[in-house]
Amino acid sequence: MHVAGGLKKTKSTKQGRGLGEPTLVRWLLIVVALVFLALFLLVPLAAVFSQALEKGWETYLAALHEPDTLAAIKLTLLTAAISVPLNLVFGVVAAWGIAKFDFPGKSFLITLIDLPFSVSPVVSGLIYVLLFGLQGWLGPWLQAHDLKIIFAVPGIVLATIFVTFPFVARELIPLMEAQGREEEEAALTLGASGLQTFFRVTLPNIKWGILYGVILCNARAMGEFGAVSVVSGHVRGSTNTIPLQVEILYNEYNFVAAFAVASLLALLALVTLVVKTVAEWKVRQELANN
Amino acid sequence: MSIKIGSVNKHFGQFAALKDVSLTVPSGELVALLGPSGSGKTTLLRIIAGLEAPDQGQILFDGVETTNSHVRERQVGFVFQHYALFRHMTVFDNIAFGLTVKPRRERPGKAQIREKVFELLKLIQLEQLADRYPAQLSGGQRQRVALARALAVEPKVLLLDEPFGALDAKVRAELRRWLRRLHDEIHVTSVFVTHDQEEALEVADRIVVMNQGQIEQEGTPTQVYDHPATPFVFSFLGNVNLFHGRGTAGEVQAAVEPVPAVGYVRSHDIEVERQLSDPTAVRAAVHSVQTVGPLVRVELALADTGAALEAELSREVADRLDLQVGEEVYVRPRKVTVFAEDYQI
Repeated sequence: MHVAGGLKKTKSTKQGRGLGEPTLVRWLLIVVALVFLALFLLVPLAAVFSQALEKGWETYLAALHEPDTLAAIKLTLLTAAISVPLNLVFGVVAAWGIAKFDFPGKSFLITLIDLPFSVSPVVSGLIYVLLFGLQGWLGPWLQAHDLKIIFAVPGIVLATIFVTFPFVARELIPLMEAQGREEEEAALTLGASGLQTFFRVTLPNIKWGILYGVILCNARAMGEFGAVSVVSGHVRGSTNTIPLQVEILYNEYNFVAAFAVASLLALLALVTLVVKTVAEWKVRQELANN
Repeated sequence: MSIKIGSVNKHFGQFAALKDVSLTVPSGELVALLGPSGSGKTTLLRIIAGLEAPDQGQILFDGVETTNSHVRERQVGFVFQHYALFRHMTVFDNIAFGLTVKPRRERPGKAQIREKVFELLKLIQLEQLADRYPAQLSGGQRQRVALARALAVEPKVLLLDEPFGALDAKVRAELRRWLRRLHDEIHVTSVFVTHDQEEALEVADRIVVMNQGQIEQEGTPTQVYDHPATPFVFSFLGNVNLFHGRGTAGEVQAAVEPVPAVGYVRSHDIEVERQLSDPTAVRAAVHSVQTVGPLVRVELALADTGAALEAELSREVADRLDLQVGEEVYVRPRKVTVFAEDYQI
């Protein structure tokens, strides 16, 4: 609601009166947008929370304290704690290379970064099963060395990293390209080393863009279902993440518990939305300061 | 410190940005690289700075081979067209940057840095703006901060890429006079790139005119303006009229000599008269009369060939003549420079 109000405000200040639509049309459009928003976003969100709290707070909290659910929460946090920092480093390095230097194969690299967006998550999961599974290329070797990847935590982390790796880079590349190379060149002529240039000039200019990318990356890492589902094996209390746990609980007709766990993801989405709005606004400021 | 550029070549893909360019910049001089866009002047400047590497050729600073040394080690101050100030730092931090990134052994103390920065702020007359951010400054102020930032590390060479290109006319004129005075005070060897001939003529000790990756002419502003070596230099430095004829280098004559030649005449070197007072004058019809500030621009067409001609008269002369569109007058070039016909502009 707040976002919609803010948008309308900037719109009316930017357009002259002569360019505006007739009042009726304007109201009609706003109403249509709001009804759509309510039907597809607010109602489901409200449903999640009302179902979760249907039998009161105590049942809700008890559902969250169930050992298998706690294990799922821990695994999800662990997965995010590994994949988000890795993708942060990868994203910043890739964006820096792509935006600030020219080299052959640059557009190919950009296409590669986009690959996880264009491949179905289930397929990305299957790739790992084909690689590391018992019947896979590396399966026998892994088994001989007693290493478990598929149907274990490493597989879940790998699949999550793959699915979430475009987020940070995708956010930073346009920002860094718009900011250009001149500030870095100026720093170099003033005697700064490459690292000094990065930490004192480049990084402060993209910090909000990084935060934005990390938020999106984190939301996806915690919420990913398809790819993780394929490699996880659904071992209760050991290889289930929050989304998988929700599915299991729901399939067992344990609706209160399912919705209670789902409400955690919904809360995460709400927090993400707020931080994202702030970060987006700051990114726009970073761009406007050009 | 003197700069010597020896036979530098630079290609960007298929495009030859610099073709065998050699140039010497004497120590302590302020030199302008003047040329249209795409003439290679910015590329040459960036090669001197080390921001770009030449395909062939060498750069010597004070006779010392510098071609392969890193930007960091060259001790050049570089001022960018769009300032390139660090947007998240205050004016103070921007100017101090070069001092604070020095290795610990060479880095001056906090108090010394502060003293140095305020000395520079005084030089650029922006002491009261030390705590502002670049976004809060005007274009002219930003460019002065960029200059102070470059000077803070006491560079051996100062390189400026279209330093006033993004400013409006009045600020530009003020700032270039200020740059000239500044250079007279600190005498650091400076090279600046410009496409504005007026700026080059006003500010520089020497002008290097570039075109299509090559140097057309170099010399003092007076030499370049009064004795242009090529038709390109002549036409780039001001308005020009062409008189086609046959002649020898020096003056156009009635078709006696076999060499086709073109006479180049500046618009303000054309005299417009009502009466035939000199045998070299030719008849022309007035097409339009337009007042541009202190000048009056008159477009004419030669009576015999119909060729278009532009004359610039002072308001005083124009008022006395009171030219009417359509009338026939006599025009006489006061000063003609002749080049053989095969030159291309």
